[in-house]
Amino acid sequence: MGKNNYLKLLVMAAIIAVVPLIVSGDYHLSILVFMGINCMVVVGLSLLMGYAGQISLGHAAFFGIGAYSTGILTTQFGLSIYAAFLCGILFSSLVAVIIGIPALRLQGHYLAIATLGIGEIIYIIFNEMVGLTGGPSGLSNIPAFHVGGYPFSHSIQYYYLVWGALLVILWFSLNLIHSRVGRALKAMHGSEVAAGAMGINLSAYKIQIFVLSAIYASIAGSIYAHFVSFIAPNNFAFMNSIMFLMMGVVGGLHNIWGAVMGASLMTFLPEYLRVFKEFDILIYGAILLAILLFMPEGFLEGIPMLYRKYFKRGEA
Amino acid sequence: MTTNPFILDAECLHKAFGGLMAISDLSFKVREGEIKSVIGPNGAGKTTLFNLITGVHPASSGKIHFQGKPINGLKPHVIARLGISRTFQTVELFSQMTVLENVMVGCHPRSRAGLFSSGFRLPHMRKEEKWIRDQSFEILKLGSLLGRADLPAGSLPLGEQKTLEVLRALATGPKLILLDEPAAGLNEVETQKMADLLYSIRDSGVTILLVEHDMSLVMKVSDEILVINYGEKIAEGPPAQIQNDQKVIEAYLGGEALLCLN
Ligand SMILES: Nc1ncnc2c1ncn2[C@@H]1O[C@H](COP(=O)(O)OP(=O)(O)O)[C@@H](O)[C@H]1O
Ligand SMILES: [Mg+2]
Repeated sequence: MGKNNYLKLLVMAAIIAVVPLIVSGDYHLSILVFMGINCMVVVGLSLLMGYAGQISLGHAAFFGIGAYSTGILTTQFGLSIYAAFLCGILFSSLVAVIIGIPALRLQGHYLAIATLGIGEIIYIIFNEMVGLTGGPSGLSNIPAFHVGGYPFSHSIQYYYLVWGALLVILWFSLNLIHSRVGRALKAMHGSEVAAGAMGINLSAYKIQIFVLSAIYASIAGSIYAHFVSFIAPNNFAFMNSIMFLMMGVVGGLHNIWGAVMGASLMTFLPEYLRVFKEFDILIYGAILLAILLFMPEGFLEGIPMLYRKYFKRGEA
Repeated sequence: MTTNPFILDAECLHKAFGGLMAISDLSFKVREGEIKSVIGPNGAGKTTLFNLITGVHPASSGKIHFQGKPINGLKPHVIARLGISRTFQTVELFSQMTVLENVMVGCHPRSRAGLFSSGFRLPHMRKEEKWIRDQSFEILKLGSLLGRADLPAGSLPLGEQKTLEVLRALATGPKLILLDEPAAGLNEVETQKMADLLYSIRDSGVTILLVEHDMSLVMKVSDEILVINYGEKIAEGPPAQIQNDQKVIEAYLGGEALLCLN
C-alpha cells in the first residue's frame, strides 16, 4: 500500500494509544467512541463514492441492520455476540447484493435512488415489526460487548475496540486501493470505455465495493448497539444517511484519510460547540458552509490547497 | 479437424444509428498473424467497426466470430478477456494514473487477485502484484517509455500517449489487437517508431487490425487492406492491388485527402 500509508497507520495507532492518557472521563471518551464508529461507516462510503463513483443515500440502513441484528439476536434469541455480529454482516451483505445487482448493472446513479428507497423500507421495518424491534419505542437492554466472558464496563474498552477495528478496516481498505482491484476502480473513473476494453468487469466491482461498504456500516452499527445498549429507529433514519454523507464530503471522499478526518471533525464539532450555547447551530452551519464553499474537495486536501494559494499570492 | 487460418470472421455486419447506416452488409476475414488495415474516408465507419468487434456497440445484424466462436452480444470486458484488445482514436488513457499504472491496468485479464486477497495482501496476491509490475516494466521497455514510468499519463506528449495506449492494449495479452489511427498526429520519426512497434507486435504472434490515414504507413506494413466507404466494402486485397483499384481512387479523389498512392 505504499510506505507513506503504513507510516500514517502507525502514527494513527500511536495517537490512539496516547489519547486516553490525555482524555479521560466517560463523556469525552464516549464521543471518541462515536467518532470511531462514524469513521468506520464513512470509510466505506469513501470507497463507494470516491473510488467506485457511486452514491448511497441509505447507509444508515446498513448501520441499523448491524445494530438491530446484534440487538435482537442477543436479547431475544440468546445468540453469542460474535455470532450476532456475523449475522448482521450477512444480513447487510444480502440486502446490499439484492439492491446492488439491479441498480449497479445500469450506468448512472440508480444506486442513489435504490438506496434511498431501501433506507426508507428498512426504517419502516424497524418501526413496524414491534415484536422483534420494539417498534418506535426502541430496543433496550442490549448486553455489553465482552471478550472471553469479561464484559466491557467502561467507555475506554469500547474506545480501544472501535479504534482497533478501524485500524484493521483502514489497513484492509488501503491495501485494496493499492491493488489490482483499486487500479481497476481508478481506471473506471478515468474512462469506463477504456476500462471495459482492459477486461475490467465494471458492474461486478461496483457491487463488491457496495457490499463491502455495507459490511463496514454493519460492523459499526453492531458495536454501536452494544455500546449504547438502547437503540430506536430514529438512530437510523434518512437524516443519518445524509449525515454520514456530509461527513465524507466535508473531509473529502476521494481520499480514505479525508473520510476519517471528516467523520472525526463532524462528530467532535457539535459536542464542543455547546459552549457557545444558543449560537452552536449557527457556528456549526457556518463552518460546514465555509468548508463546502471554499474546499469542495474536502478540508483534508482543501486546507493545504488554500494555504498554497494564499502563500503564493503573498510571495508574488 | 482443420485448423482455421482466420482469427476473425465478420459476416454481413450492419449497424444503424437511427436512420444512418454506419456499417452496411460488411463481410471480411482477418488471417491469423497478419497485419490487416481498414482504410476509408472520414465517417466511413472504421471506428464503428471497431466498436462492433469489441462489443461497445451491438451490431444491428450480422455475425462476428473470433477464433471460431461467436462473440456477438458479449460485453466489452468479456471480449477483451477472450483476447481482443484495442486502442482508441481519441486517446482514452487513464490520465490521472501513472504511465506504469496504465500498463498495470492492462495486465488485468492476465491476473486474478480479488477483493479479499487484495485487502488482506495474501501471499499469492503479493506474488502476482510483483509479476504485474515486472511484466509492465518489460512492456514499457518495448515502447521506450521506461523513463516515463512514474509520470501521470496525461502529462505525456501526444506521441508517447499514443504509444502508451498501444502498450496498455498489449499488456492484456491479446491475440488480436485493434489499433485506431495510432499514427494520427505523429511526426515522421514517431511514425517510424510506431511502425517498428507494429512489426514487433506482429512478430510476437499477435494479429493486428489497423485503422490508419497515413497511407505510406498503411502500404508499408499491411499484408492486406480492406477499403470501406459509407459503411460498405469497396475493395479488399494486398496493398499493390488496392493502390491500383479504380473504385478506391475514386472514393478518395471524391473525398478529402489526395492519396499518396505512389
Ligand atoms: N455513437 C454514435 N451515434 C450516432 N452516430 C454515430 C456514432 N458513432 C459513429 N456515428 C456515425 O457513424 C458514421 C461512421 O463514423 P465512424 O465510424 O466514426 O467513422 P470513421 O472512424 O471511419 O471516421 C459517421 O457518420 C458518424 O457520425
Ligand atoms: Mg474513426
